[in-house]
Amino acid sequence: MKKVVGLEGSFAIAEAVRMANTDVVAAYPITPQTHIVERLSEMVADGELDAEFICVESEHSAMSACVGASAAGARVFTCSAGQGLELMHEVLYIPSSMRLPVVAVAANRALSAPLSVWCDHSDAMAIRDIGWVQMFAENNQQAFDLTVCAYKIAEEVLFPAMVHIDGFFLSHVIEDMELPGDEEVAAFIPEYKHPFTLDPDNPVSMGCYAPPFIYSETKKAQEVAFESTKPKILETWKEFGDLFGRHYLPVEFYRMEGAKIALLTMGSCSETAMLAVDELREEGEDVGLIRLRLWRPFPFKELRDAVKEVGLLVVLDRAVSFGMGGPVCSEVKSALYDQRKKPNIVGFIGGLGGRDISVDEFKYMIREAQKKEKAIEKGEEIEAEMIGIRE
Amino acid sequence: MGIEQEDLFAPRLVTTEENFAPGHRACIGCGEALAVRHVCKALGKNVIIVTATGCVEIISSLLPQTSWRVAWIHTLFENVGAVVSGIESAYKVRKRKGKVPAAKEVKFVGFGGDGATTDIGIQALSGAMERGHDFLYCCFDNEAYMNTGIQRSSSTPYGAWTTTAPVGKKSIGQMTWKKNMPEIAVAHRIPYVATASPSYPFDLMDKVKRGVETEGPAYIHILSVCPTGWRSTPDITIELGRLAVETGTFPLYEVINGEYRLSVDLPELKPVKEYLKKQGRFKHLTEDIIEQIQARVEEDYMRLREKVK
Repeated sequence: MKKVVGLEGSFAIAEAVRMANTDVVAAYPITPQTHIVERLSEMVADGELDAEFICVESEHSAMSACVGASAAGARVFTCSAGQGLELMHEVLYIPSSMRLPVVAVAANRALSAPLSVWCDHSDAMAIRDIGWVQMFAENNQQAFDLTVCAYKIAEEVLFPAMVHIDGFFLSHVIEDMELPGDEEVAAFIPEYKHPFTLDPDNPVSMGCYAPPFIYSETKKAQEVAFESTKPKILETWKEFGDLFGRHYLPVEFYRMEGAKIALLTMGSCSETAMLAVDELREEGEDVGLIRLRLWRPFPFKELRDAVKEVGLLVVLDRAVSFGMGGPVCSEVKSALYDQRKKPNIVGFIGGLGGRDISVDEFKYMIREAQKKEKAIEKGEEIEAEMIGIRE
Repeated sequence: MGIEQEDLFAPRLVTTEENFAPGHRACIGCGEALAVRHVCKALGKNVIIVTATGCVEIISSLLPQTSWRVAWIHTLFENVGAVVSGIESAYKVRKRKGKVPAAKEVKFVGFGGDGATTDIGIQALSGAMERGHDFLYCCFDNEAYMNTGIQRSSSTPYGAWTTTAPVGKKSIGQMTWKKNMPEIAVAHRIPYVATASPSYPFDLMDKVKRGVETEGPAYIHILSVCPTGWRSTPDITIELGRLAVETGTFPLYEVINGEYRLSVDLPELKPVKEYLKKQGRFKHLTEDIIEQIQARVEEDYMRLREKVK
């Protein structure tokens, strides 16, 4: 039985983990992820969730324990943020290489130094190449829905999956959302059964080492398998939509009908961007919004289709790739490079370390990008402007 | 102990089953491979072994081959304690939920070298011991980073030559004393801690059986002679292991629920020099440094004896 409730993003995720009947949670507290682990600890303490909660001594051990538990056949979950994701960085490659369907949530946070516990996407960008299915949520409903879907996707494609939620903006904000019944979610996510587990009755060797004569083949196999996850992701989201009425796509739109100018965003600031689009539409601009839902595997086709009629694409990054500009913008550019007809692309960087991005700033980005179009057409190099900087 | 006539007794007392298969890629005279073999005999089949990156992992798991006839996993260098925690927790909850038969017997064991245990992996191991997971951890201590080419670790003994603690005009090699990892394990107040050596195979196997049967964390520190890194001849691996014990350099003992017990109680220790002089890594040591080492060994041995009631 579904019900409408007011829930904090962190609690919404804990509900998804509980409804998925997760076996093992291994996590280490870090702001702004703490409410998720606190809520899960309560659920285990109250017997609402029959799981082993491993209070590990670091994020490195959190992911390592998840790897071990997943290899032993358990459904596992962890969550982290910022420095924590960086500390577990080395381990993040293991479940994707060993095909273990670990599910994780990242409450996105800036990276030190200087210390900042607030949101940006620096942590997410640092782990873009780890071979996990990765998706971004914009609100608490999506955080819940995508986490539920992450279990099903991960276990069907045998790759780990991560849901990115913006630290504080989602993790600490209470919103109305629809919670499905436990039994509906249980029916949606079938019992997990990995084809190979660590079992004395059927001993296997996992994590053998590969000299040059075979390492490349293992990576080729991984890449082919990872690329082939997309149909399953689409299928899962479609099935979820049919059952629960909320539909997700690798690239989603807002008022893109007839849009000649498009903003491209990821995460919670997309909702602010929608307001900016509304205002600009009222002012007569043919503006729409493209939201990247699926970050890995990268939705090349969907993005190319999305910008077919777009003349100017404005990309917002919440991270800096030092000496390179915005990482999302550079990926978008590379995704469109092969296209005969492609929009002019202008990147902006903003919202670092928890700074708000206002409606006016989104409008500013559009206006500034329009001014830069002439220079782009002349072939001039356009640097990503960092918005809202006090100089 | 029966060690003097092992060849007469061994076939009757030890299983001929090799769960760590022959044909692995260890160096000639490797004390670590021998220790792993004995440990695996003692563990039997109902086990899941987690191995850290290091010599044991690379000699046993070159794709597409494996030396492991038991369930085995390797992931990284410093995380054995955490991986074994995850596996143990997975079985615990899956048994509780009826996904695995409750009566199914599975033991959880971590393997690491001295680097993986006393240096880079000490945090994960400490966490696993503190949380009280039901597992046995075996440290195969060959006293340096042998897999990467004989670099010093915190378990390298004082005065030993290594490639990162080289002997020079201003250096005698390792300038620090060996970290006492078994005592660190004891400080966690876990129910079982022991030291062992493949030169005393029955003692080693007994300890492995006791450790793995112990409910809760168990830790066994196994001195593993490394001819490659110790610059010793491969034919004296067993002898060197015995000398380490007989000189008091590496005493064999158990700590069961906090109670110390010497496995080999020596009324008189052989001079440490007898142990050192057979190893090229100590060949540069002068008499006064050997005396320092002798004094330290005696002091440590007396401290240990005082703990035995």
